[in-house]
Amino acid sequence: MGYDPANPMADRITDIGPPHFEQFYPQVIKENKGKWLYHEILQPGVLVHVSETGAECYTVRVGSARLISIEQIRELCDIADAHCDGCLRFTTRNNVEFMVDSKDKVQPLLDDLASRGNKFPVGGTGACVSNCVHTQGWIHCHTPATDASGVVKAVMDEIFDHFVNMDLPAKVKLALACCLNMCGAVHCSDIAILGVHRKPPMIDHDAITGLCELPLAIASCPLGAVKPAKATNAKGEEVKSVTVNNDRCMFCGNCYTMCPAMPLADPDGDGIAILVGGKVSNAKSNPTFSKMVIPFLPNTPPRWPETVEAIKNILEVYAKDANQYERIGEWAERIGWEMFFETTGIPFTMKSIDDYRLAYDTWRTTTNFKFTSHCK
Amino acid sequence: MPKHDTPLMDELESGPWPSFVTDLKRQAETKPECWDILGQMELSFKDRITHWKHGGIVGVFGYGGGIVGRYSDSPKQFPGVAHFHTVRINQPSSKFYSTAKLRAICDLWEKYGSGMTNMHGSTGDMILLGTRTENLEPLFYDLTHDLNQDLGGSGSNLRTPACCLGTARCEWACYDTASICHHLTMHYQDEIHRPAFPYKFKFKFSGCPNDCVASIARSDFSVIGTWKDDIRIDQAAVQGYIKGEYKPNGGARTESKAFDMEADVLALCPTKCMRMKGDELQIDNSNCTRCMHCINMMPRALRPGKQQGATILCGAKAPILYGAQLATMIIPFIEINPDNEYEEVIEVIETIWDWWMENGKNRERLGETMQRVGLPTFLKVMDVTPIPQHIKIPRENPYVFWSDEEVPGGFERDIREFRKRHAQ
Ligand code: SF4
Ligand code: SF4
Ligand code: SF4
Ligand code: SF4
Repeated sequence: MGYDPANPMADRITDIGPPHFEQFYPQVIKENKGKWLYHEILQPGVLVHVSETGAECYTVRVGSARLISIEQIRELCDIADAHCDGCLRFTTRNNVEFMVDSKDKVQPLLDDLASRGNKFPVGGTGACVSNCVHTQGWIHCHTPATDASGVVKAVMDEIFDHFVNMDLPAKVKLALACCLNMCGAVHCSDIAILGVHRKPPMIDHDAITGLCELPLAIASCPLGAVKPAKATNAKGEEVKSVTVNNDRCMFCGNCYTMCPAMPLADPDGDGIAILVGGKVSNAKSNPTFSKMVIPFLPNTPPRWPETVEAIKNILEVYAKDANQYERIGEWAERIGWEMFFETTGIPFTMKSIDDYRLAYDTWRTTTNFKFTSHCK
Repeated sequence: MPKHDTPLMDELESGPWPSFVTDLKRQAETKPECWDILGQMELSFKDRITHWKHGGIVGVFGYGGGIVGRYSDSPKQFPGVAHFHTVRINQPSSKFYSTAKLRAICDLWEKYGSGMTNMHGSTGDMILLGTRTENLEPLFYDLTHDLNQDLGGSGSNLRTPACCLGTARCEWACYDTASICHHLTMHYQDEIHRPAFPYKFKFKFSGCPNDCVASIARSDFSVIGTWKDDIRIDQAAVQGYIKGEYKPNGGARTESKAFDMEADVLALCPTKCMRMKGDELQIDNSNCTRCMHCINMMPRALRPGKQQGATILCGAKAPILYGAQLATMIIPFIEINPDNEYEEVIEVIETIWDWWMENGKNRERLGETMQRVGLPTFLKVMDVTPIPQHIKIPRENPYVFWSDEEVPGGFERDIREFRKRHAQ
């Protein structure tokens, strides 16, 4: 049998949800779930979890591009079949984890992975740079201000040593989102790469009539910059359309989400902002948002050298300067943001001063500050 | 044979990180539409702008989500990606797979799609990247009949719930994240597949305050494991750390400086509720905020307490529309009880939904509705008694909204009566 286009509703199955997770557990997980006592990272990318039964689970963590082919998945399966009784898992940060139940199975697995070129880098544990969670960019999305996979490849190539080593003060979670929709959790990352637009939307008066519900387009703007207006289309007809108050626009792209006749992407307008110092974990300090320290870097495919350089610089200064166990945000808070800008050499501009809602909360209202080179 | 020249993409084949370009080229040998993916990407790299059109509503019959429509703006040049819809497949909890299952998904995608995937999407689904409209129904048929799998969510609905590893392989999990995630995913299939909400709504389950699935930053309904009693201490293991027998922080650094109990643990405890009394580590648990730092530092010596459950926080979101929000703590402790099928948690969820579906505006995330009406109103809706744990600091402005009933005599007064005693 199979799908019958003549009778699409025949024996239709819906709402069955995902398969139950337990059937996919490796045996050692099945037997020791809820009984784990402690874990330790044996070397970068290799963990052992020890159960109260004495059982051990060795995990080898491997970075992945996230954008992967079925050929690549089949190769992952070959590895899991050869070493892990046909089980594997993916992590929230797009890594792949291979699990074995004894120490002597680890080295053959590592050797196998290493024999396959650069496809399966072992790392992503402890005080490293995490795999860069990211979004779609130019491979699939209609609203990006930059690419995703390409930027991530360019950045990860250059900071690769920090993925396969554990030589930073603490873990650095890296994330990229290609527009302000932020499909990934970049707003709470140690280092966030964010695609930003800088030109207001254009209005396609020729297309807007059939394409958009004008009230929705108008309501979509958080700053009320979109107003109803009459315009003339290519045929010379007067049409109901909208106008944008460019001085009010903050380039969020929300109008374009609601109205396809208002595109705002642009090769020179678009680029990348860098935010730092966010975290989601509650350990030591509270979860916090990332802060914008570089408002704009240009889109320079294929390797985005300015973005790569900026991230390397922040990482190297942090690695040298921060106390052990201190996350980037904790370090910046301790030394003060003026010192962050001083030591990283990142130029401080007006763009890093908040002028959106509740901005006042971020202004300094004390005489406690440090005299850095910024005070002339 | 390559169909397009891709000099810019080719630059991304070198370097130590896995190359999606090399991968695409390998896949193109059996799925020639991948040449057109490469071709259109190359054009975007050259033009520095996307070449995908805005949306397009496609789906499978009876579902309002799970498929994201996509069309190329240069279909003549790149016919293999003229349609490039994505299919979201609900992942199993914690993303464990058998190779048999993964291979079956690969075969399905070989038959009906481009051969390219995202493992996984940011919300948690497996993403099959790029297929044509006419393939959707046959794919869905095979997916449900042969693979026993289903689509995830997209649009203004319950998005595919996600969870951390939980008790499966993490000693810190204070509840079984995978079980509740799976149970609620099954319980709310209708809400996942048929959009009926003001906007998207996300559940995320983390087993402890380390919050590996970023639920506090990303979910409307964030469930984070915690405990009520005392951190369990193995004093002998504490000595093991002090004597340098165990690697601190679970071996998170290759070359750690020597473990320093005072500097690395006691001084970094945010509440300063720990101290050494002789050889004994003492924790003033009533002042501990369960941040996990000391446990992270000494996994062999310290464990979360035994009276475990979760804290529920609400309303996290990314910036669009009015700015990013972290989730706000609403219920300090709730039992996660599989025996009654998570009745307590479900009651909380449905109280939120009943109210939000009525009061949320179009495209307003729960966090924004909460901001608009204020936390006091939201607590009233939730029938939650206000406690200091709900706030960071008490109000700093004097603008209190007292109500008519709260003030003796009410708001109605007689100005003439007033004037009899107080001349104008
Ligand atoms: S972050 Fe924006 S551009 Fe990127 S995939 Fe998400 S919606 Fe698309
Ligand atoms: S981009 Fe944002 S701020 Fe600018 S007009 Fe559109 S919705 Fe308004
Ligand atoms: S959130 Fe906590 S319980 Fe879950 S995997 Fe992370 S550390 Fe373990
Ligand atoms: S969990 Fe955090 S607050 Fe509690 S004792 Fe440990 S370090 Fe201190």
